[in-house]
Amino acid sequence: MKFGVVVFPGTWSDRDCGWVIDQVVGAELQYLWHKDTVLKGCDCVILPGGFAYGDYLRTGAIARFAPLMEEIGEFADRGGLVWGICNGFQILCEAGLLPGALIRNASLEFRCEWTNLTVERTDLAYTSQCAEREVIRVPISHGEGSYFAEPAALSRLEQNGQVVFRYCDAGGRVVPGANPNGSLHNIAGIINKRGNVLGMMPHPERCAEAELGGADGLKLFKSVAGNAVRVLAS
Amino acid sequence: MIVTPKPVVNDPQGLTVKQGLATLGFREVEDVRVGKYIEVSLEAENMSEARERVEAMCKQLLANHVIEDFRFEIDHEGQHREGQHRR
Repeated sequence: MKFGVVVFPGTWSDRDCGWVIDQVVGAELQYLWHKDTVLKGCDCVILPGGFAYGDYLRTGAIARFAPLMEEIGEFADRGGLVWGICNGFQILCEAGLLPGALIRNASLEFRCEWTNLTVERTDLAYTSQCAEREVIRVPISHGEGSYFAEPAALSRLEQNGQVVFRYCDAGGRVVPGANPNGSLHNIAGIINKRGNVLGMMPHPERCAEAELGGADGLKLFKSVAGNAVRVLAS
Repeated sequence: MIVTPKPVVNDPQGLTVKQGLATLGFREVEDVRVGKYIEVSLEAENMSEARERVEAMCKQLLANHVIEDFRFEIDHEGQHREGQHRR
């Protein structure tokens, strides 16, 4: 399993992702520069957190024009694994690879804190090591993470079971008090219909070792690494 | 171009500005929406071409149709300058 980690000017979580892949999971790691035009044989491409192109105009609005993004779009069309984390999720929405948009947090504050997430899909390459309805603890770190989609798009997401993670309390209850940013339906992460493009606001790469206060994020990386055979065979 | 959050989109900035205005005594304010103002200079053969190009810019990049509406006005900067020359 070879992971590609995309680096835009302004990306800040690339090395954290790289550390988890390389040092914690022990999988093959390839950094990809935004001006690259090939994915160098990567099986899963991660768009990490940060402020690509300074988040100018809107978050992710300029990053989607990076030369590598065209290749990533084609890779996703072929069924390749594309995983957007935080800013990466915003970029995937702007690029049209995922529906909806991320807007300013309802509190107007930049929120950097631990959240509880209920895992609603465990049949995906990203979550196969999670238990059904498991609650995982993963930190967020964003100012614009409030998920919005028009009512019709939102009900399509729900009907298709495309919501993968929802903010919840420690007991797994999806309640307004557990929603850190005003996301509709407490949405923290969604998958495309085909099941290969994942976008999530929380940062699993920041909780992949017990030394960092929690290792729930490691389950997602290990799921992807462990699913290599299945993904390539499908 | 003026880009504003769609009416169905929650606008926490607008709400906060509204509260600020109320604190200053502007209690008659019923709603505030905070958007963006973007100025673009371009060359075009005529108004309809300019209009078409600007609309395409808004749709493809300057506004995100999921969350934002846009509107725009076009000034004849070049013609205006020509007019000044003649005087």
